[in-house]
Parts: sequence; C-alpha cells; structure tokens
Amino acid sequence: MTRLDLTRSPRALALLRSRWPQFLLRAITLAGFVFTILSGLMGSVVGSHNFAIIFVWIAWWTTLKLVFIPFGGRSWCSICPIPLPGEWLQNGGILQPRGGTGFGLGKRWPRFLKGSWMQAGGFLLIGLFGAMTLTSAKITAIVLLFILILALALSLVFERRSFCNYLCPIGGFTGLYAQAGPVELRVKDVDICAAHSEKTCYTACPWGQYPLALKSSANCGLCMECLRVCPSDNIAVNLRPWGSDLGPKTKHRLDEAFLGLVMLASALVDSAVFLGPWGQLKSAAYAIGSPAWFLFSGSFLLTALGILPGLYLGAAWAANRLGTTHVNLRQSLAHYSQVLVPLGLMAWIAFTISFAFVKFGYVLPAVSDPLGWGWNLIGLSKTAGVGEATSFSLNLQVAILMVGLYWSSRVACRISETIRQAAPLIAFSGLFTLAMLWLLVG
Amino acid sequence: MKKEGLARWIVILLVLAAVGVPLVGWWLSKDLAATLELHARMPENGGWSVNTIQAKVGQPIHLRLTSDDVVHGFAVGRSDHPALDILPGEFTDTTLTFDQPGKYTFYCSRWCGANHWRMRGTIEVTGEGDPIPPDPQPLFLKLGIDIDAPQTAEVTPGMTASAGRGALFASQLPAYALEKDIYLSNSPAKVWLRLRAETFLSSLSDDDVWDAVAWIWQQHATPEALKSGQELYATNCAACHGESGKGDGVMVRGLPVWDPSLHTSGDVTHQPTGEGLVSPPDFTDPKVLLGVSPALLEGKIIRGGMGTGMPYWGPIFTSEQIQAVISYLYTFSFHSQEQPRGPSN
Repeated sequence: MTRLDLTRSPRALALLRSRWPQFLLRAITLAGFVFTILSGLMGSVVGSHNFAIIFVWIAWWTTLKLVFIPFGGRSWCSICPIPLPGEWLQNGGILQPRGGTGFGLGKRWPRFLKGSWMQAGGFLLIGLFGAMTLTSAKITAIVLLFILILALALSLVFERRSFCNYLCPIGGFTGLYAQAGPVELRVKDVDICAAHSEKTCYTACPWGQYPLALKSSANCGLCMECLRVCPSDNIAVNLRPWGSDLGPKTKHRLDEAFLGLVMLASALVDSAVFLGPWGQLKSAAYAIGSPAWFLFSGSFLLTALGILPGLYLGAAWAANRLGTTHVNLRQSLAHYSQVLVPLGLMAWIAFTISFAFVKFGYVLPAVSDPLGWGWNLIGLSKTAGVGEATSFSLNLQVAILMVGLYWSSRVACRISETIRQAAPLIAFSGLFTLAMLWLLVG
Repeated sequence: MKKEGLARWIVILLVLAAVGVPLVGWWLSKDLAATLELHARMPENGGWSVNTIQAKVGQPIHLRLTSDDVVHGFAVGRSDHPALDILPGEFTDTTLTFDQPGKYTFYCSRWCGANHWRMRGTIEVTGEGDPIPPDPQPLFLKLGIDIDAPQTAEVTPGMTASAGRGALFASQLPAYALEKDIYLSNSPAKVWLRLRAETFLSSLSDDDVWDAVAWIWQQHATPEALKSGQELYATNCAACHGESGKGDGVMVRGLPVWDPSLHTSGDVTHQPTGEGLVSPPDFTDPKVLLGVSPALLEGKIIRGGMGTGMPYWGPIFTSEQIQAVISYLYTFSFHSQEQPRGPSN
C-alpha cells in the first residue's frame, strides 16, 4: 500500500515535533470548553441561541464526523481539552513528556474494565438521554463539567489516559472509525525499534500504546509524544488510503463488534427520533422517566442489544459456516466487525449531512451572541436563518449511504475467502442501508 | 523552564478570558437595572417570569422581552400599546408609560399553546393622578341574567336574515325597536317575538320580520366597530371559536361538545363540573346567537365561561371593544348586506 510519510517534510516534522502548535490549539479548545460550560449554565435556555448547544451539538459534533474523522482519524483526540488538566498534573507540567514527576497514584486500569465495552455503554446512555441533552444547554454543560471532572479524577488515580481509553464514548466512536481514516502513526524501521531497549516511546505514550506493535489506528490518539521522544527519529505519520486498517490481516476484538453495533443502532435511532415523521417518538424521547420514554428506551436497547446484534450474529455465523476453515463464533464475530466500520461511518456522515446543512446557519449568530443575552459581538446576531433541506443534500445522503454499502461489502469480500462467504455480511449491510435510506430519505 | 511558565500563563489567561466574558457581561447587564427583563414561557413551563410589575405614573418602564420556548406576544389590556411578538431567544425592547394609576393586565397575544390564555400578569401603577374610573356594573348583573344557563333561541328564521332586505321595512317599525336598551337586553329572537305580536306588522311574513330584526341589529353596529370587532375576534377569540365562528378553532379540536346538562349553577349545591374544556358553541347555528342578548354576550366576555375554559376579558378589553366584538359576533347569524331571496341555507 502506498503511504505518504509527513515527517519526511522538514517543515511538517518541525510542526509535529514542537509541542507549541499543538499546545496552543489545546489551550484554545480548553478555554472554549470552559466557556461552553459557563454559557450552558448561565446563558439562554433557548437552545438555538446558546453557544453550548450550537457549538457542541452543531459545530463540533458535525465537524468531528464530517472533517476530523474522515480526514484525520483520531486527530480531534490530539487537541481534545478533556484529558489535559489531568495529564498536565500527571506529567508535572504542560510541556513535559510523560514519565517525569507529577501528581497521581499511577495505578493500572483494572483488567476486567479494559476494552471499549464501557465506551459503548456510554454511547448508549447518550442515546437514551440524547433528546434532553441535545436540547438543554444546562444539561449539556453539566454533562461536560462531569466529564471534565471525571477525567481529572481518573488521571489522578490511574496511569495515562484511562478516561479516553476506556470510558470516553466519543473516544470509542472516533477510535472505531479512525480505522477507516487516512492518517496513521507507525514506526519507520522495525529493526531500529527492535534494537532499542529503552522503549521511550511506550513510556511517553499517554494512550499506553507501543508504536512498534501498532496494527490499527483505533487506539492511537495522534498526540505525537512518541515522535517527540524517539531518539532515532523512527516514527512516521502517514497519509494512507482510506480503510487501511480493515483487511484480512488486522486483528480485531469482540468489543469492537459490540461498539460497531451500538453505533449502528444509535445512528438508526437518532435518525428515527430527529428526522423521522413520528412526533410521538420524539416526544417519548424527550419525556424522560415517563412510560412512553421507557417504551422508547426499551425499543432503543432492543435494537442496539437485540435486533442488530442478532442479525449480525446470524450473518457472522452463516459466513463462518460458508468458509472452508471454521473458526469459533467469538473469533468470527470479532473478525467480521470490520464490516461495521465503513457502514457505520458513512451512516453517521449521511445522518449528519441531513441536519448540518439546515442548522449550520446558527453557528455565526451563536458566536455573536454566545449566551443568548442579546449581545452582538461580531454583528451577526440577527442573521440566524434556518437553511433548507435541498435535494442536493438528499442526493448526497443517498450517495454516501451507497458508498457505505459498497465499501462495507468490499471489506466483507476482502476478509472472506469467497464472495459466497461474504454474502451474509453484505446482506446485513444492505438491510441496514435500506433502513437508513428509509429514515433519511423516506 | 521559561517556556513551561509561558505555557502555564497562556492557559491561565485563556481560561480566565473564558470565565471573564460571561461574568463581565453579566456584571455590565446589571447596570441596566432600570430595565426589567421579562421572560415569556408557556404556562406549563412557568408562565411569565414576572407576574406583577410595579410602576409609577408618568415614569417609563423599560422592558426587555424574550421567550424561553415558543413565540409569544406581549400586550397590555385597555391600552394603546401595540402588541409585540416575543421570539424565542431574541430580545424585544419596549417602553411603557402610564398616565393613570391603577391595575393593568398584560397578557400573551399569540396562541402559544392550550393554556395560552393563562399567560396574564398585572402592572400596578401608583402615583398622582385620577385613578382609572371603576367600570359601571355590567348590564347582565343589573338584569340578573344567569349567563351560564343554556340559552336557545325560541324561534329561528327559515333562512339567514338580511339587514339589507330588512331596511325596506324600517319605516313600519315601532319607535321602541331602535332603543338601545331594547337591543342590549333582548335576544334577536325575543325582539322578533315582540314585533311578530304587533298587529300593525301582520302584513309582514315571518322572514320579513327576521330581516327587520337583522336591520335593527345593524343599526347598533358602526362599520368601524365591525372592523375592530373582527380584528379583536381574529386575534383573541378565533383560536377557540374558529375563524368562521363554528367553534372549531385550533385550540379546541377534539374537545367534547358542551353539554347543557352540565350546567348546575341553579342547584343548591354546586357540583364542580371540572371535566376540563369543552368545545365552544357553533355561532353559525341560528339557535345559538339569536337566543342571546348583547348583555349576556357582554357578561360572557367580561367574566368568561364557567367550566368551559373560556377566559375572562374584562381587564383586557375596553367597553367599546367588547361592544365591537358583540356587533361582529351577530354577523355570524345575519347577513349584513342585501341578500336576494333564495332557498334557505
């Protein structure tokens, strides 16, 4: 496969190696994060006029799915402000590499809590309470504040970025789909690493990764710490073809399948709630604690934990039976989870496009009047105009869903011995795509 | 280590700025103490953020109006202040000044939800000056009309009566027919019965007499009053009573029809009907409006409907406005223009 190593350009290498460019971006996102929490707590209760709602759920959430992930994998994680206070305390300084003397007990994360199970669980929780969080600036702010404090507390007890690795739902989301992203961090020359016994890169990595062993970009947060401490300049940051981590040779775990299925279910349910024609469903999602909401939650969980996993289980089982060499079901479920990655990524992009075109008009007025107090900082407060759902947007959504189906089918074929063996997975993808098409385009 | 210090300062300064912007903004807005921020919310969400506004005669009150949920309106009853729209998350500034001490009612003027009419508040104006004169006792109280009792016209015309045609008989009518008191205290059906009993009108057919009644009613309504009544009706009444008066407004669709047997005000022990709202009557049905007098309609409007969900408008409409609405209401039962005789509709 072709790769373009960015570190070959001295200018790019200097930008990546210096802690300053990244630090400045992080400082800005941290201040923005604090401002978002405050505007959520103090600002207007009208969501469309509150910076917290518009920036978290329109600007950032859209940019993450339309720009950061598809063009930069986990690039958002490299400037995400949430782990920073804890990490700076752990490292004993802002510009310090890991391993110095800092605060914190540095305990190891309990083995039984490893994997992305809890991230998937967190994502389900967002979905269950989503209608409330997405529309209430105050609740958004409280959730963000809770996450900030939780990440700080965890980093004082456990080593490295425990919150990001095992709890952050967005980390799970981004990590899963970063496997399809076009950026990767890898070692340049395997032999140099093999001969280097100190493993400074592993010591420095806040994510607990060893670059030499990196086969997938799922758990690499692109923080560039390894690149900065490597004595042999042996770390490459590659631009690569999309979907490079998906193939017959890469290793995948069972929790990835679960994460992938939860993401698919969330895309379906969010589309149904926010874009579907069912007013009652929407009110049920909002009426947290009511019988209708429990019905909604039950159906959501049934979709996420019952129907989709059941269909996927059937598809993986059938694919396994159709092959010449049979592996056990658990391995099979993990292996075919790769199919869920492009399928889910494209579904989320299509879902995002459906509202991004319409809602992005709120962003500039929210900058001009962030708290909804009637300010007019950049003279654009009054220009809020809801865009229209154009046929262009609809066609784009259909096209993207089709790309997702084609892409996941291709992955299914690549990781199967025969097309016949891939057929159940292709059928699963087709069924999911049909459901998304029905919800988005109708 | 110098760089580390710089980095720390940058973080501190940026975070301080992030905290400072809302805090300073909040502090500065406190200086606008003379401005009262009034948040409109649907009654389910808390209603008006301020229910009673204190004011002094002649001293302007600056209001910053905003809505926390849907589009609301702001209007002050019995004043010339134009109604304002309040959009969610946006601010509308306005200034009110009162010349006379007294209690004024401010209310929502946009149909914001099922409980829209509950969105009312009070402005208490104190200070020098003649207070607003108290309203004279409404006619329905003087006449002792039970405005909650079921009222049905004893007789109805075979076809919609027309004031235009009725004008032909104007010269034959007795003098009392045009007296204001007769109009106010009698239903059209009552006046029809009285005229029908007059021997000198025996040459007229029943429908001719109805046309004459329509003409009498028209004499008590000026075109200006009808126009004003129509506007008031469209803004305030049509939500429930419907644009066409059929009682099918957007707020009441699906409500049960009013059942006269629920009326219990004549009983010794009042059973709370309390079943909630009921559908308003159909004004286009001649049995409804031709059976009620202007005095009764005035009572209903001033006091509201007992147990029906009809709000009271006494503190909001002036007497002229109420009379205008009443004049307009009767146009649901009468043709005001000349209508050719045709088959009954």
